[in-house]
Amino acid sequence: MTTKQTSKPLPDATLARIRKRCGEGVFSVSSHLDNLRLYVPGSKLVELATILRDEFGFHLTELGGADYLGYPGRSPASHRFEVHYVLLNYDTAERLILKSGVSDPDPTLPTLVPVWLGAGWMEREVFDMYGIVFQGHPDLRRILMPEEFQSFPLRKDYPLRGRGERHNFERVTREDS
Amino acid sequence: MAVTPKGFELPGKSGKSSSGVFAPEGTIVTSLDAVVNWCRKNSLWPMPFATACCGIELMAVGSSRFDIARFGAEVMRFSPRQCDLMIVAGRVVMKMMPVLQRIWLQMPEPKYAISMGACASTGGIFDTYAVVQGVDRFIPIDVYIPGCPPRPESILRAVMDMQSKVQKGGSALGNQGLPELRQMEEQLIQIRTRAGLPGVATERADESRFGYRLPGGESLVGRTETR
Ligand code: SF4
Repeated sequence: MTTKQTSKPLPDATLARIRKRCGEGVFSVSSHLDNLRLYVPGSKLVELATILRDEFGFHLTELGGADYLGYPGRSPASHRFEVHYVLLNYDTAERLILKSGVSDPDPTLPTLVPVWLGAGWMEREVFDMYGIVFQGHPDLRRILMPEEFQSFPLRKDYPLRGRGERHNFERVTREDS
Repeated sequence: MAVTPKGFELPGKSGKSSSGVFAPEGTIVTSLDAVVNWCRKNSLWPMPFATACCGIELMAVGSSRFDIARFGAEVMRFSPRQCDLMIVAGRVVMKMMPVLQRIWLQMPEPKYAISMGACASTGGIFDTYAVVQGVDRFIPIDVYIPGCPPRPESILRAVMDMQSKVQKGGSALGNQGLPELRQMEEQLIQIRTRAGLPGVATERADESRFGYRLPGGESLVGRTETR
């Protein structure tokens, strides 16, 4: 009898089918608890996402970024940033996470807007916070920070208190107003 | 039969015992400014600039339990052009600051401002890249309210402080009218045409003593876009 309680939302059979369909070497797999992650290089991202959408019925539910600068136990060879795409199959409730790494000085990934339209604003947010450029995005502007903001505030090397942007406003005095 | 009118004669200037001006019964003698200020202080029209949790407390002050109407300040208007008391309730982020300033400039004179709560006054616990550390750095504030959030009573206290300030200061004829507006216009043109400024205001130049700022120079932040 096993005491391991991890659920397996994505049956091994599905993973095997995905692997068979895409061929070896397109992605590598890791898992944590019930999360199954497929690591895919940016060059194969659109292809894999299209297959997962059309043939396996996955939809994009969440998209986000992470900066692993100085992350304990992380090998220096691995990418600094990672973008994750959380996919869900609405019919079978299978869950799958795509991950793609990028590094300085040119953090660029292909956009997934042609695959899932809903990726648009989430990619804009990742761009706004981490400066990861999504090539081919139809409208890659900042979404949260003001347009004239020049840094990417969720990068680990950006100071918590900012670089003084918040102090840089005209002072309206009693005489001016 | 002749009726003698009741009343009194106004006292004259020094040296004369009487000014020859007869004031009928019930007359109160005061200065024009005092009357005007008395009117102003008892009919403050607040502009609720409520951006966060403090705004909820501000609503409580407007409701019947605390009842800001007892102080003549119940007419909350959502157009700055109808207000003369701005209450900044809550934290103000970078993106909101130009909006706040514009609303402040849109309010007609005479106008007053209250900074309500720790966040509006100092940034509070939100010492992050996006939150302005005290709105008084950028607009003139008359009364500060401490607290997170302040009790409704302290908001009423602030309104009373504001009232005494209004009563003491200001003049009915002090408004210069058009020249002042012209000056404001010129100022705005100056602001709009200014090029980017260094990202760190001089009075915060020592912020890097904790090592928060990175080498590589200070960022330039454009001035015009958000205005
Ligand atoms: S002072 Fe406290 S209650 Fe008021 S806005 Fe800040 S966090 Fe909210």
